[in-house]
Amino acid sequence: MSGLIQEMSDKAQRLGIPLAVQFDLTYRCNERCVHCYLDHDDHGEMNTAEIKDLMEQMAEAGVFFLTLSGGEIMMRRDFFEIVEHARRLSFCVKLKTNAVMIRQPEADRLQALALDAVQISVYSHRDEVHDAITKLPGSLKRTIAAVRLLVERGVKVVFANVLMRENFQDYSGVQALAAEVGAEFTIDPTITPMMDGDRSILNLNIERAQLQQVFRDASILGTSPQEFCAPPAGPPTAEDAQNMLPCSAGHTFCYVSPYGDVYPCVQFPLPTGNVRTTRFLDIWKHSPQMTEVRSITISDLPVCSTCSHGGGSCSRCPGLAYMEGNMRGPSSQDCEKSFVRTGVETAGMLIRREARSIDGLVQIRSAAGPDTKAESLQNCL
Amino acid sequence: MSPVYIARVKEVAARSIGGEMMIMSARDSTLFSLNETATAIWQAADGVTPLAEIVQRSLCAQFEVDPATALRDAEELVEGLAKHGILKLSDQPIVEAK
Repeated sequence: MSGLIQEMSDKAQRLGIPLAVQFDLTYRCNERCVHCYLDHDDHGEMNTAEIKDLMEQMAEAGVFFLTLSGGEIMMRRDFFEIVEHARRLSFCVKLKTNAVMIRQPEADRLQALALDAVQISVYSHRDEVHDAITKLPGSLKRTIAAVRLLVERGVKVVFANVLMRENFQDYSGVQALAAEVGAEFTIDPTITPMMDGDRSILNLNIERAQLQQVFRDASILGTSPQEFCAPPAGPPTAEDAQNMLPCSAGHTFCYVSPYGDVYPCVQFPLPTGNVRTTRFLDIWKHSPQMTEVRSITISDLPVCSTCSHGGGSCSRCPGLAYMEGNMRGPSSQDCEKSFVRTGVETAGMLIRREARSIDGLVQIRSAAGPDTKAESLQNCL
Repeated sequence: MSPVYIARVKEVAARSIGGEMMIMSARDSTLFSLNETATAIWQAADGVTPLAEIVQRSLCAQFEVDPATALRDAEELVEGLAKHGILKLSDQPIVEAK
């Protein structure tokens, strides 16, 4: 993060300003990606007037960075009307799209909008792999044709390469394709649960050895693997832990669904209010749930505050922890990542292992009769 | 000396964060932070009001500064912003900025 952006972010946090928002315009999509965490039916999206009004409220609240995402954003017939309104309100706008609906006229209009960036999902440089993930025949060809149109017009394009078992072997190919077409490249090695809590898609996550390979690939890290995978720095000091925040969710960032529901983050499905009944700023400032999220510092995390990874190598996501049942608990996916990165087990992993062995003992006892302790232990995990 | 007209460039994102104007250029994603006086000039840059009038109205009255010094400083500032591509300068009113 550049110095000035960090300063702006710190200032926004001090003043309680929602500096950045991801706003999903729709969950409808023309692709059916195997790893998608969304339900694609329309359960009552906000209409154009509601969206424009919400964006005006956001501008008034101080939102600067606005990411419009979905679903596929261009499934909305009023898509350009919405983005044009966002730019009139001087947001720094980033779009997330699969780009298959972008042809020359759309590329021209996007160029005129002076966007910050267009992030486009690319799963492979090979049609058969990409299209098997999106379940839309011909999608890679259409996506890359759109990328070329945008890059030719000077629009900044960023490839988002989500890694899963199906496409792991292709990330270098996607990286090379990005370089060839003049796009930036980002990689995400984590498949997250569906928003309704269904964890079945986690089976698509890459294996530990594959994640190790990613974390030791200097071409992706932007730093040396030795530095990135260095042993954990130890737990934060008590003083640091009191001042450290888990992440920007609820502090300078939030997420709004197509139905007007406001959450601390797209990956943190804790409902905090709905803009159809309550003004955006009132939810942001006064919702009890948002206030609770905001009150949590690292020292409030019973496991993670003592973890040796807490000083730096851990990228704990409170939303993933929430989806595992406790927003103050560890996130097993992030524990796994920290472990793969450093080779050192996290406090969360040690506790889980201990609990499994206790659980084993309890099961032996329970063979002799019901044991309520077993149930209460299970609930704590 | 002919008057200077200034207009905000449309290809930027801008927001006042706690009284400080943050501006991001879409050309190269460079972020600028304007102080209170620069923010006052930026906000008044409608393309049709001469810079001298903006300075007189928005700065001299508000900040109690000498008009000649304020105008000189403002000219330097708007030239700098124009070089970074976030403000347009002209010796004619800039009508498209309306």
